[in-house]
Amino acid sequence: MSSADTAPALPKLSYLNEQKGLKSWLTTVDHKRIGIMYLVMILIFFVVAMLLGLAMRLELLHSGKQFMEGTTYNTVMTLHGVIMIFLFIIPGIPAVFGNFFLPIMIGANDVLFPRLNLASWYFYMAGAVLALISVALGGVDTGWTFYVPYSGATDANLLIPLLAAFLLGWSSILTGINFVATVHRLRTPSMGWFDMPLFVWGLYATAWIAIIATPVVGITLVLVLIERFMGIGIFDAAKGGDPILFQHLFWIYSHPAVYVMVLPAMGVVSEIIPVFSRKRIFGYKFIAISSLLIAGIGSLVWAHHMNTSGMANWGRVLFSFLTFLVSVPSAVKVFNWLATLYKGSIKVDPPLLFAFAFLFLFSIGGFTGLTHASLSTDIHIHDTSYVVAHFHYTMFGGVGTMFFGAMYFWFPKMFGRMYKRSTAFVGITLFFIGFNCLYIPLFLAGLNGMPRRYADYLPEYASYHAWSTVGSWILAAGILTMCVNLLQGVRKGKPAGPNPWGGSTLDCDVPSPPPTHQFEHVPEMTHGPYDYHHHTTEEVTA
Amino acid sequence: MSGSAAIPDDAGHPVPDAHPGHHDIMPYDPVGARMGMWLFLLTELLLFGAMFIAFCMYYIQHGWRFSLGSQELSTAMGGANTLVLLTSSLTMALAIAAMQRRNTRLSQQLMNATIVCAVGFLVVKAFEWGGKFAHGLYPTSDHMAELSQGEQIFYSLYFVMTGFHALHVIIGGVLILWVKRRVTKGLVTTDRLVMMENVGLYWHLVDLVWIFLFPLFYLIG
Repeated sequence: MSSADTAPALPKLSYLNEQKGLKSWLTTVDHKRIGIMYLVMILIFFVVAMLLGLAMRLELLHSGKQFMEGTTYNTVMTLHGVIMIFLFIIPGIPAVFGNFFLPIMIGANDVLFPRLNLASWYFYMAGAVLALISVALGGVDTGWTFYVPYSGATDANLLIPLLAAFLLGWSSILTGINFVATVHRLRTPSMGWFDMPLFVWGLYATAWIAIIATPVVGITLVLVLIERFMGIGIFDAAKGGDPILFQHLFWIYSHPAVYVMVLPAMGVVSEIIPVFSRKRIFGYKFIAISSLLIAGIGSLVWAHHMNTSGMANWGRVLFSFLTFLVSVPSAVKVFNWLATLYKGSIKVDPPLLFAFAFLFLFSIGGFTGLTHASLSTDIHIHDTSYVVAHFHYTMFGGVGTMFFGAMYFWFPKMFGRMYKRSTAFVGITLFFIGFNCLYIPLFLAGLNGMPRRYADYLPEYASYHAWSTVGSWILAAGILTMCVNLLQGVRKGKPAGPNPWGGSTLDCDVPSPPPTHQFEHVPEMTHGPYDYHHHTTEEVTA
Repeated sequence: MSGSAAIPDDAGHPVPDAHPGHHDIMPYDPVGARMGMWLFLLTELLLFGAMFIAFCMYYIQHGWRFSLGSQELSTAMGGANTLVLLTSSLTMALAIAAMQRRNTRLSQQLMNATIVCAVGFLVVKAFEWGGKFAHGLYPTSDHMAELSQGEQIFYSLYFVMTGFHALHVIIGGVLILWVKRRVTKGLVTTDRLVMMENVGLYWHLVDLVWIFLFPLFYLIG
């Protein structure tokens, strides 16, 4: 902490420049470099999918055809969904920040299986390349859910996108195995389970979901392929199969997958809030355990996606109950974060603002989720733009916001430099205003009956869509500002020093950016991850 | 990674760094490697589990028509294959036991026996499938289209599930060949055995899945 008084300098050698050249990156097994490689690819795909989203909003600015045919719109929508889900938001925080910080936060020098880690990146890249090839071949119009019977019948080329999804699934399974084994084996000996930072808990729960749920969707997508190419009818009603079974198997993975996305984001919030309130996190064990509870209960709620698909009534009631139940551990976290802020000495820096944005947006996403859990309202709003708004609030408002929040929190550690504070405030403000302007109208339009996934609409929905499209521009301006700020920071930001925010986790003890080999000695846990008192005593004596 | 003295050995004590200066290789950690393998096996179970769920659901829906389909399968061939796979699991386990007693030669012979069993299994399977094809029992055939829906879905599941299982037999066989090579090269030794043990675990999983496939398809007739 005393080093913060003098102007910090960048270390001469770090993981970024100890080895040079493209080959040294593509063959690296260093978890930090792999994290950065994910970051670059994920940001590129995010921008591509964002542009697709902007194009959709532009098409919807007025009713009637603007510049896209209906089929083009379907293709763009599918692509937006597939890229955002499989290439951005599922790998997002775990692959980038999990890879980079999980080992450092538990005092290890790498993950347990470094080569497997690199292999995961190549699986990810293979999946991504195949996804792009499928675009070049005309794209897919099934939506990201690939529902049968349409996916068994469409003329679009499904082989390549399904293989892409399969490979991406493999990538996340392997990362999941790696993280679970790493947390079990590589914690520094003085770190017990309840000494781990909460981000690590979030990643740990996430990794379990990835391991348990992903194989199911993997085999399901392969079965669709077999159905298309070999005439086997597991999901074909004409051959004794059942299309509804596909929906079950699909959502057995894809609902837990939303917790794969959101748990790491919640972990980041749990790291940011105590640091900027200078206060130990409230209810550490409850937050840690609630991650596991979310993972557990979240695995048993999948059929709420199918309330209108045909299911026994008792099944609907059961899944409705479980869906209400899963909101409890999520709420536990929110209350704990708020209680942490209470009587804290709050310092408003950009990462904290992202955490606030998360709390606000994710709460709206969560509450509007409860209206889906309740059966009668769900029938009314099913497949309307209300659903679109709901999951964008949870996924984008929740996870997307915290992806950038994590970026703004850990950027100084990853690159050793600081971005511009004032520009960061401008970016997050635009982001927040644009986001609400974009999605609140979709809630209202949906409640009034606007269906989702339509390229056109009746005149009565015109004002909602106009607001929404304007919101998309403000949001894009915010994201652009945030990205440019970071890119400038990488090149010419001021050196940040090892611990710019005054954190207390182990990553605050290593230089920024860390050397390839971050811990020369086994780190000792002298204080908890959210213990800020030892700083104050030091500062007082200084 | 060097310097990862954070890694405990089997008994949980930190071990000193084995390869100082080598950044790219984690120290040998058999407990961790075994844990990784078990997690991987869990994903395999879930992959087959999804198909078993489909089987259960369609069995409940179609019931006795599944029995009709099952009567067409050869219990003798299925039973023979069950014996072959059980034997191969035994030889694989003995191969590992032989390595533990530093008997490399015996271990390699036992691995050869395992591979012979794997090939034998696949040959029998090929004859079975071939027989079905010869009778016009394959997806998209006219004969299949004439059958009841229950029988159609039964054969669909039969081809898909035994097909996936056969694929795993092939992968397992290749892995055993690979481990054998590594034993020959001295890369897998009595003191660094975890790679071989993991391949053994994989092979037992392949066996185990078959133990469930056999009664579900062959014995419900």
